[in-house]
Amino acid sequence: MPPAITADGLYKVFGRRPARGVEALRQGRTRDELRDEGLTAAVIDASFSVEPGENFVVMGLSGSGKSTLIRMVNGLLPASAGELRIGDDVLSSMSPGKVREVRRKRVSMVFQHFALLPHRTVGENAAYGLEVSGLNRADREKRATEALEMVGLKGWGGYRPSALSGGMQQRVGLARALAAGTDIMLMDEAFSALDPLIRRDMQDQLIELQQKLDKTILFITHDLNEAMRIGDRIAMMRDGRIEQIGTSDEILNEPANDYVARFIQDVDRSRVMTAQNILERPSETLGEDHGPRTAHRMLRETQNPWLVALHRDRTPLGVLWEEDVAEAVRTGRDELPWVPGREMPVVSYDTPIADLFAPSAHHLNPLIVVDEDGKFLGVIPRVTLLTAAGTGHGENGDTVTTVGAPDAAGGDALPGTTHDTLGGDR
Amino acid sequence: MNPDDGLVPRIPVGEWAETGIDWLKANLAWLFDAFRWLMEFLVGNFTEALLFLPALVMIPLLALLAWAVRSWRMGIGTLVMMIVVVAMDQWTPMLQTMALVIVATLFAVIIAVPLGILAAMNSTVSAIVKPIMDFMQTMPAFVYLIPAVTFFSIGLVPGMFSTIIFALPPGVRMTELGIRQVDSETVEAGESFGANRGQILRGIQLPLAIPTIMAGVNQVIMLALSMAVIAGMAGTEGSGKLVVQAISTLDLPLGVEAGLGVVVLAVFLDRVTAALGDPGDYKSSLLAVLRRRRTASPA
Repeated sequence: MPPAITADGLYKVFGRRPARGVEALRQGRTRDELRDEGLTAAVIDASFSVEPGENFVVMGLSGSGKSTLIRMVNGLLPASAGELRIGDDVLSSMSPGKVREVRRKRVSMVFQHFALLPHRTVGENAAYGLEVSGLNRADREKRATEALEMVGLKGWGGYRPSALSGGMQQRVGLARALAAGTDIMLMDEAFSALDPLIRRDMQDQLIELQQKLDKTILFITHDLNEAMRIGDRIAMMRDGRIEQIGTSDEILNEPANDYVARFIQDVDRSRVMTAQNILERPSETLGEDHGPRTAHRMLRETQNPWLVALHRDRTPLGVLWEEDVAEAVRTGRDELPWVPGREMPVVSYDTPIADLFAPSAHHLNPLIVVDEDGKFLGVIPRVTLLTAAGTGHGENGDTVTTVGAPDAAGGDALPGTTHDTLGGDR
Repeated sequence: MNPDDGLVPRIPVGEWAETGIDWLKANLAWLFDAFRWLMEFLVGNFTEALLFLPALVMIPLLALLAWAVRSWRMGIGTLVMMIVVVAMDQWTPMLQTMALVIVATLFAVIIAVPLGILAAMNSTVSAIVKPIMDFMQTMPAFVYLIPAVTFFSIGLVPGMFSTIIFALPPGVRMTELGIRQVDSETVEAGESFGANRGQILRGIQLPLAIPTIMAGVNQVIMLALSMAVIAGMAGTEGSGKLVVQAISTLDLPLGVEAGLGVVVLAVFLDRVTAALGDPGDYKSSLLAVLRRRRTASPA
């Protein structure tokens, strides 16, 4: 399958005779030299490709050319040079009618200031793309209603956009793009005008919708934290050029140049990095049928004071501590020595590190990290969490050396109520 | 006489204009005849229609219209003002002027709105239209009457002709302004969903420009009204003719009464059309009340 979007040496120069500007740039002239001639180079030699189903973020400050770039993808601005392909089709060689067809069927867009039509109801706004492509009223109303439901605006179809809050208006913008049924969605600073709490909600919802609907998203933002949170890959743009393309980890850990390095200094790593970035995989885990003796042997091998026990389907069962196991072996019991009061804190793999401190502080046990199906992935002992917060890096896969000494011992019970923060973004 | 008479030659602009007008009259007579026939037909019938009902039936109808689009206060005001007009014996001339103004406004809008749309979509058209509009608006209104009388001789039609020309500019200007000030991101949203030019114009630009365009129409009506009075000089029937008559005979009572008739007409037309432009602003209007009741009852 070809990439959903391919940009190949794209240039956009504003002014008279842009071709001359492109030629000058190719010969190594700078953007400032061109400005003296009255030409504005907005995008310079941009090449990238976005795979189907990917969330590709273009990140840059104002004036970096990112808004121009996104408008070239749906042909609102024609390229001065270079080639842009949607799937296998070259946008620049299409007739205006064909380009409109692409916009109707394959690429939709969400705008920074929502760009809703104030004289139409929310439902009519959501159906706008379908109305333009000539779908009959009944069908487009049905699809608009579905899209509104998907973004959590069920029952709001009859209101005017002005009756809605900013966050809700942008949901309408999102619904309008979803209702159009295109595979590709362009999002131009879509959440930048929203206040931070609403923005996080929208980011989460976008990620969720993308996983459900398998859309390809090209997302523009000036907020690096946002880029890191939602982007599968990120393109860093400055002064019209793409400086680096990579995953958030690659950009954080191997910035391509000083500009990118300086930029990422300000990133709040505890918001970008999630539990899966710092979790540790214990070398041994206990099965649910094993007895105290096996547990005792594993504890000796792993050199940890605790041991994670799993169900047969690899969902977590509980955590055993060294002294309790030793006690059980000494008294010759056959059941595993569960201790009351030792709750097992379970967190989801995508919980930001910032949200891990509270559960970690409340429990002596290491945090148990599970995947989206609730299966065990690894553990985060308190010391690892503190190290990660201090440096931004966790060493994956190493065994842990120390952890706070257990303060309670003896007795047996099932693992207590789990501290469940699955999907715990608050 | 200029002190520099010898230095700057006399350019006979006025004579050229006259030659041009004469040429037009000689060659486009059929067009002027068609215009004359159309205007006489429309205004004549419209005036008759307005005068068909007796004043005491017509006045409550106008008051009801004012209540429907604006407020009950406006309705009562209309009732009182119109009865005063009848009492001053100005009812018939006022309705004649009303017919003239409404038909002239209709024509001005039919010309102005498409022209304004063209000017908004194309900068070249805008650059050509703007100075012409400036010219039309600043030329003293009386001057239009001269060629109008040349074309159509005296009576109703020269009044209509000059009124339409004089009232046109704000319609064009406000339409262009209204469309150009539509938020560019909203227009871009239309483009990004694959709307073509016509769909963007009909679905986005025109609806969002309506309040501005209606403000322009309101201006057109006001200018048409002021011109309709001047048109009285060319013999157009109505309040204007009475005002002109009062001036020439220094008849103060007639002047005041005819003038008041024009004022009442102006207030009525201005308030009604202003309310049509922004229906949302007038919550106590009969239409708004009915609409609220209709939407409230099923819920």
